[in-house]
Amino acid sequence: MTQVFTRPESLKDVATHFCPGCNHGSVHRLVAEALDEFGIRDQTIGVASVGCSVFLYGYFDIDVIEAPHGRAPAVATGAKRARPDRIVFTYQGDGDLAAIGMSEIIHAANRGEDLTVIFVNNTTYGMTGGQMAPTTMPGQKTSTSPYGRDVAKDGAPFKMAELLSNLDGVAFSARVALNSPKNILQAKKMIKTAFRYQVEKKGFSFIEALSSCPTNWGMNPLAANQRVTDEMIPYFPLGVYKNTANL
Amino acid sequence: MPVASSEKIFVKGNEAVAMAALEAGCRCYFGYPITPQSDIPEYLSRELPGLGGEFLQAESEIGAINMLLGASATGVRAMTSSSGPGISLKQEGISYMAGSELPGVIVDIMRQGPGLGGIDASQADYFQATRGGGHGGYRIIVLAPNSVQEMYDLTMLAFDLSDIYRMPAMVLADSVIGQMKESIVANPRPAVALPDKDWVVRGRKDGTPQNIVKSLKLGDGEMEKFHWMMHARYQELADKENRWEEVQTDDAELIVTAFGSTSRIARTAVAMAREAGLKVGLMRPITLFPFPKTAYAKLSERCKLFLDIELSTGQMVDDVRLSVARDADVLFYGRPPGTGSLPTPEELFEQIKKNYQARS
Repeated sequence: MTQVFTRPESLKDVATHFCPGCNHGSVHRLVAEALDEFGIRDQTIGVASVGCSVFLYGYFDIDVIEAPHGRAPAVATGAKRARPDRIVFTYQGDGDLAAIGMSEIIHAANRGEDLTVIFVNNTTYGMTGGQMAPTTMPGQKTSTSPYGRDVAKDGAPFKMAELLSNLDGVAFSARVALNSPKNILQAKKMIKTAFRYQVEKKGFSFIEALSSCPTNWGMNPLAANQRVTDEMIPYFPLGVYKNTANL
Repeated sequence: MPVASSEKIFVKGNEAVAMAALEAGCRCYFGYPITPQSDIPEYLSRELPGLGGEFLQAESEIGAINMLLGASATGVRAMTSSSGPGISLKQEGISYMAGSELPGVIVDIMRQGPGLGGIDASQADYFQATRGGGHGGYRIIVLAPNSVQEMYDLTMLAFDLSDIYRMPAMVLADSVIGQMKESIVANPRPAVALPDKDWVVRGRKDGTPQNIVKSLKLGDGEMEKFHWMMHARYQELADKENRWEEVQTDDAELIVTAFGSTSRIARTAVAMAREAGLKVGLMRPITLFPFPKTAYAKLSERCKLFLDIELSTGQMVDDVRLSVARDADVLFYGRPPGTGSLPTPEELFEQIKKNYQARS
């Protein structure tokens, strides 16, 4: 009998701490598959961020640096400048990347650092218990927006894939989702393309992955998945926003 | 350009720091412009590209310290430099570096504060430097040069100590030492036995086991163990790396103590006192962390009167008081930092004379 589906080599054989229905596990797997398929696992440095994604080193079988909250693009810049022959990626959530780390991501992107950034947007601060994030949707109730996000007071959610695609330094920017087999296959293709940019030294690549957060949304996994379809994707449209080298 | 040479050269303190960094093998510099240290990034932006190094002007002080963290995690020698307001912003990154046991050199050319303060000399960031500065109860190595030659030598030493003890090292000077020009000899990098960096994150190219550079410690007892381990490392630093300079302390009835720029003025005042027949000496700590406590304790077995002089309302004086014998008196004379507040040798001599005569 031929085994046709296995755990990627770049992932350790351990259970994750992610909640049922969370898409972090899927994104981890797709990133690991990309590392395996390019054969770059042993030359890759991952940069973990603060939040649910902090345990990256527990799941990926690669060398990892843990960055302060929001600073992963600066840490990755230092690592890549010091070791330009290595593949360096950051893995960040929405609070980390689009709030406290907005300066670091914008400037790393604008410098066109040869990095890959995996940005998981679940519209909330997961690890700290579901507070309002920079991507929390208008009207969305969270533990710090109990009456719903008030755009007049809190501003509108950041659309990071679009925002970064406007910078000359960005070579590739795309938004994907993990809410259906079709979208997962598309996400895999996009994540692989993002790493291809770095493998071929073609510049800064950015993936925004829409993810559900059933625990902090107060939903079961199915309902949370449905919310990605019904609410998130219409507001955060999927697609490729920039692909300078047509990879 | 080769840095080391046996010929005397005439350079600024800040330039000497940059030259020493190159000679020490530092090939990555990340910084943000701030007076009075901008000569350092200016020099390195000129010289590093030709040496195959990386100079990067960061988007912020926070960006710069985190780039240092990332570069250092891959095992290379890297540096950043700044002054008061910038050093405050870097504290987050310094704390993470300490928690991750990362080496890295941070140059602090102190200016006045609090807030935007001013750009003249100050020693009021002694506490910030020697108490760790950021959250979590850590310390970093702090070296305090008082000449352009020492700016060169101690920067080189900072890289070695930082690598050996796996913690950030700071060169703490001020605008007097950073901006003045003196003749120095740019000595070659000394041969120092350095530990293997088997912990670095560089990709597992050679089939090495997974390396993780992190400061999160959630395991049962893990954090407590880390703190005791660092505590032991600080003790080892104190046992092996204390550095200080004594001038005419053998028969001194009063010992003046000062670090950095103030020690230069104090030294002139001590010479004036000796000329006036007063038995006065000078004790100058070169390492501020570790603080040379045992050297003070030994001096205070015989001499019972110390006069601490600082460009602040008194910070190092606390460490002096904690170091000397119980029956020794530690007096203080300071001028808070501010334009025109740098004391003159005559002013310090008057303080020495007044206290010396009151005691005899």
